This record gives sequence, structure tokens and C-alpha cells, in this order.
Amino acid sequence: MKRLSIFVIVLATLGYGQVALAQDSLPPAPYAYRQLDDPQQEHEAEELMESLRCLTCQSQSIADSDAPMAGDMRHQVRTRIAAGESPEHIRQWLMERYGDYISYTPRMSNDTWPLFAVPVLLFLGAGLIVWRRIGRRSGKDSQ
Amino acid sequence: MKGFRIGLWLIVAVALGVLALFATQLSKPKDDLVRSQMIGKPVPQFKLDAIVPDRPGLSSADLADGKPKLLNIFASWCVPCAAEAPQLAALEAQGVNIVGVAIRDKPADASQFLQLYGNPYSRIGADNLSAVQLAIGSSGVPESFVVDGKGIIRYQHIGDIQDRDVPVLLQKLREAGQ
Repeated sequence: MKRLSIFVIVLATLGYGQVALAQDSLPPAPYAYRQLDDPQQEHEAEELMESLRCLTCQSQSIADSDAPMAGDMRHQVRTRIAAGESPEHIRQWLMERYGDYISYTPRMSNDTWPLFAVPVLLFLGAGLIVWRRIGRRSGKDSQ
Repeated sequence: MKGFRIGLWLIVAVALGVLALFATQLSKPKDDLVRSQMIGKPVPQFKLDAIVPDRPGLSSADLADGKPKLLNIFASWCVPCAAEAPQLAALEAQGVNIVGVAIRDKPADASQFLQLYGNPYSRIGADNLSAVQLAIGSSGVPESFVVDGKGIIRYQHIGDIQDRDVPVLLQKLREAGQ
């Protein structure tokens, strides 16, 4: 991103100024920075926005980002929730387009199942070892 | 004692396995691209107004008129979009029907951009809220989608079109036309 902005500045000084400096010339989407009037709906929207990943700034949620595209996504989330759509339905809609990438909420799939399976296996393995040791010791005590 | 030794070898095997996993995963080049999951699916319903006076707006119905098209997502404020202008012109010269979606653009800026870098588009829609961009699964500008005559998305190209991408896109458009 820093590289790109340097590139833009260089171009601007080369006489492409009017085009290069036109970045973000449109005002933010109506609901990019405006909360919904209904506090319950706004709460739902905010919870969802915090768990959706910004596409142009990949380490931030859309709630945290000032990128224009993140603003447009917040607008989309708020207007859909205001229209009565459920947050999970909106997440599903976005995941149909961008895959798991867009969502910060982990989901079990062909790629992610070991993340869920390994802790269970470790827990079972540890339980087995403890059970055998205790079993052996109590066996000795009784002799 | 024998069980203890097997246990030790087991730990060595697990450690080697983990190291092998690191080695294979770390030697892969990093891939930051977010690909659209919409390939093979129809273009979502949309209707965008025109942004410049000499080209009509764009709707999903225009993309299902029987002929394959290249849907180019661009913006006047996007530097790589200017860089791909010669390649888009080359595609147009080969008879490709290119339609544009202008992201968050002012009509005056868009007109100036097209005057400076050329206008290869038969239609241009103004996507002021990035709504079509989100609906189609595009994560930035510029991006190009090959759409077949039935309005099904066939291929996505992320980033600016370079010289080596032109034959690939022509091939994908040919396949979409069959």
C-alpha cells in the first residue's frame, strides 16, 4: 500500500495529477459511517461487521477499516439488516462470493477440520496416559 | 523399557512430521489473492446507470444476450487501470466486446480517464456503492471476468491485464463462445 501511494505521488508530479489525485472522490456510502436508528439492529450489524474481513486491507475487519470498499460493505450490511435480513444470512451471501476468507468466524471444512480434531485427540491422549498412570499406582498401593 | 523406547521414536517421528509440514508450507510462495467463488455461476441481477453520456449503462440482462463478453471492473482513480488500457485496446481490436463497471467514480473523472487512455467499452455502468463488485466476488480494481452468452461467469482475471494475459483471455472468451 505504501509502495502504491509513492507510485501515485510520483505519477502526480509527472503531470498525471488530475487523474491520480481523484482517488476516493465520491463521498462515503450513506451507511458507511452512520449508525442504524434502531439500537438492536445496529448492535447486530456491528457484531457482524467486526467478524467480516476487509478485502483491500486484509488484516482488518470492515468495522476497523476506513478503506472505501470497507465503507461500502458496512453500508451493505446495515441496509440489509435494516431490511430484516439475518446477520448469518449476510455472512453466507458473502462467503458464497469470497469463500471462507471473508469471515473471521472459523468454520469446519475439508481444510480446517484438523484444527478442531487435534485438540480433541490431544485431550483424549492425555486422559488415557493419566488414567493408566493412576490405575498403575493405585494397583501398587493395594498390594 | 521397550515401550519407553518406542515412545521416544514416536516423538522424533512427530517432530520430523511437523518440520516437514513447515518446510513444504513455507517454501510455497505467498498468495494474497482472494478469488471469486462465483465462477460457473450466473452473474447476479443488477442494473447500473450510465456514467458517461456516449455509452449506455449496464445491467445483468445485457450480459445474457447470447454473446460472450469481457466484464472489466475499473476506476479512474486506479493507477493499474491506466496501465492495462493498451491491452484492453488490443482485445477490442480482436473483436472482444468489453463492458465496464466503474467503481466509485465521478462522471467528470471517468470521462477524463477515458479521453486520456482510450475507451474500449461498449457499455459502462456506474457502481457508486461497490454493490456489483461485492455481488460478483471481486476484491479490487482492476479485475476482469469472462462472461458467456448465457450470463454465466467463466473466468476471473485479478489485477491489470498484461501482454501475456491477452492470449489467455482470448482463449477463455473463445471457450465461452462455444
